[in-house]
Amino acid sequence: MATTTPQHTVEGSGPGAPRPGGSGPARIARRLRIDRRYLPVVGTFVVLALILAIGGVRYDNFLSVGVLANLFINNSFLIVLAVGMTFVILTGGIDLSVGAVLALSAVSAAYLIDAGVPVAVVLPAVVLIGSIIGLLIGLMVHVFEVQPFIATLAGMFFARGLCFVIAPESIPITDETFVAIAGWDTWIAGQWRMTTSVIVALVVIGIAFYLLHFTQFGRTVYAIGGSEQSARLMGLPVARTKVLVYVISGTCAGLGGLLFAMYSRSGYSLTGVAMELDAIAAVVIGGTLLTGGTGFVLGSVLGVLVLGLIQTIITYEGTLSSWWTKIFIGVLLLVFVVLQRVLSLRKT
Amino acid sequence: MTSSPSADRPVVEMSGISIEFPGVKALDQVDFRLFPGEVHALMGENGAGKSTLIKALTGVYGIDAGRIVVDGAEHRFSGPGEAQEAGIATVYQEVNLCENLTVAENIMLGHEPRRMGAIDWRAARRAAAEHLATMGLDIDPASSLGSHSIAIQQLVAISRAMVVDAKVLILDEPTSSLDADEVAQLFTVVRRLRDQGVAVLFVSHFIEQVYEISDRMTVLRNGQRVGEYRTSELDRLELVSTMIGRSMDVLEDLHVSTEHAVDVEQGATPYLSAVGLGRKGDVRPFDLDVYAGEVVGLAGLLGSGRTEVARLLSGADRADSGTTRIKDVPTRLRNPRAAISQGIAFSSEDRKSEGVVGDLTVRENIVLGLQAGRGWMRRLPRRQVDEIVDKYMAALNVRPANPDALLRNLSGGNQQKVLLARWLATAPQLLILDEPTRGIDVGAKAEIQKLVAELASQGMAVVFISAELEEVLRLSHRIGVMRDRHKVAEIVNSDDVGVDDVVELIASGGEH
Repeated sequence: MATTTPQHTVEGSGPGAPRPGGSGPARIARRLRIDRRYLPVVGTFVVLALILAIGGVRYDNFLSVGVLANLFINNSFLIVLAVGMTFVILTGGIDLSVGAVLALSAVSAAYLIDAGVPVAVVLPAVVLIGSIIGLLIGLMVHVFEVQPFIATLAGMFFARGLCFVIAPESIPITDETFVAIAGWDTWIAGQWRMTTSVIVALVVIGIAFYLLHFTQFGRTVYAIGGSEQSARLMGLPVARTKVLVYVISGTCAGLGGLLFAMYSRSGYSLTGVAMELDAIAAVVIGGTLLTGGTGFVLGSVLGVLVLGLIQTIITYEGTLSSWWTKIFIGVLLLVFVVLQRVLSLRKT
Repeated sequence: MTSSPSADRPVVEMSGISIEFPGVKALDQVDFRLFPGEVHALMGENGAGKSTLIKALTGVYGIDAGRIVVDGAEHRFSGPGEAQEAGIATVYQEVNLCENLTVAENIMLGHEPRRMGAIDWRAARRAAAEHLATMGLDIDPASSLGSHSIAIQQLVAISRAMVVDAKVLILDEPTSSLDADEVAQLFTVVRRLRDQGVAVLFVSHFIEQVYEISDRMTVLRNGQRVGEYRTSELDRLELVSTMIGRSMDVLEDLHVSTEHAVDVEQGATPYLSAVGLGRKGDVRPFDLDVYAGEVVGLAGLLGSGRTEVARLLSGADRADSGTTRIKDVPTRLRNPRAAISQGIAFSSEDRKSEGVVGDLTVRENIVLGLQAGRGWMRRLPRRQVDEIVDKYMAALNVRPANPDALLRNLSGGNQQKVLLARWLATAPQLLILDEPTRGIDVGAKAEIQKLVAELASQGMAVVFISAELEEVLRLSHRIGVMRDRHKVAEIVNSDDVGVDDVVELIASGGEH
């Protein structure tokens, strides 16, 4: 047997590839090349910084810790939704049910508390409602091979309808324990206000990051997004993973409903209409490809912050109708989608 | 069977395997065995059942009857994961990895080392680098897989197979998109693995490669096992006749002669004439005339611009310079539809994604082009459909001869025939064939070549593209030589022109 190993060097890649032009710029170029996967997220970050700069120039006290802290407080439920949505979109799917599931969870929480069920039972129960709906959707997608779009659309109608069956009117939440949990806050360094919701959102982000990058489940999510066929042939647990991403998204929606109930101290059937679209927009602006396989959960968080900041700016402007938010989000979405397209075209 | 085992006990023993698809009996009572430390070639024509047998062994298909024994234990695989756990690793023709992930991630996917429950990325990257090193691959494990050539991806896929210490490595058409150097590198790796005691199952249409690498072979025909032979004891002629089940003189008979050069009269108008046609980044401006009744071959290496020329001629890509004249009338071929209406049919090299519709039946696939040309409102009468379908299925010898079989259940070669039938059914005046014989076996290849020659002699203009120079030489009346996206030469074919001459032209770029 030949012991000499033919060294196969691929042009332009790898540390072994000699490059013209010395080491300094070459290393930067190589770094940039490897970092290409992070480019969309970097783009989102730049946009975020840009909006902050614009706001800072135009308005006094815009660039304050308070504004940023409130950004997290007011969008904690959307962050949780976007994190769940990221899992689904990474596999190449979509979840349209999350807005309605959020409402269902909030309404259920208000209804159960109103009926005298202890908060310690209500909190896990309403999150579980989301998980169960997610599980049903996941099974529909996997076992019956229903398009995710249709399966989650059905889930959306189902959950929204159920809201009205439970309570057509808004139910205020007055339970002391619940209000205490919702109203609890702490000040980081005496300036940054953190509420229960924000802490929950941060924990969710942390768990999601761990799941996606440090577990086999997470790797399978990315593999399915890259090529479901390949993932299957590689012997990865495709079926289980595909169901699980919808369970995660449903659970996040259930949790989001709870956060929304804390935020609004009530449960109302018409909350969260079209919020699934905000979540999808945040994920896309955060650099996740709708075709799956590429994206980061931190990008989605940045996406939510961008959306929130636009809203804050419109509010600061005062004279603009809040619908301008939608217009800006629309433009931004378009820019990002085109940008991603250009990036992926340049790659090939 | 005909030879004694080289090792004491086979690592894989399949007996009486049968698999049936609706309308197709893919495998019929097939026995197969594989010994450790050997390279075993699985041979057979398209549709003989090679792919099906592999998929049975890798757990992709469930078997209807038979036993699979791996390493002394009987298995019933219900998915690829289980087969992998039993030590069977597979590298498919279309590399089945994830291009969105890095090389290291692909190699380790599903087998990442853990530390306290979490994936230990540093250890994973190190392990991946080690596996790459044992394969003699010097690439950055952190680079994205999609940035590498198919050849490298293939070797990465093998590295991945070795992560699990596979006892059996299945290589399904691994060399079909590799150049000679890459094949040599692959074979080095394969031999090394064999010497380590891995049983390698090798499937390829390249008979020379099979003889170069394999120790033993099993031949399948029509879903049945014909026999198992030592490679050294079966010569090429015997092998081919065993595969096709006929003696070689039939093949000789199919030998198409180029004697009948078309008598293009002085001043005759070509069917299609391209003047200065080009597209930035794809192919430099070229001139090309195609006359009725003539086969124009395009020769060149992979990526030399052969396909790009075909795409420009067929309207699949839009030219940004030059003109196309059809029967001396300047015509802009803005899209494939415009080309089709001018009688130009283009059969793409990428039959999987640009040609066949797997979920339709053979019949539906054949009349697809014809029906599209008529418009969907004017349905073809059933009797006419059957007539056309029967005619072309017989002419092309499509197997199984069942028009109701789903196309995806057919082998690659037969899918190619159906694709050809689709274009022929539209009665084109210019037929552009891009690699019509790639990945298909000797018998089907000869049939397609014969058909092309016949079509030309009946007055059709044909542009024929193939990576195999012998084939181009055998069929073409004139040959355009491509190199670096540039048409460097055009030669009139004759008996004096050999492969060497064309290679010489490609190598020299037409400058002597």
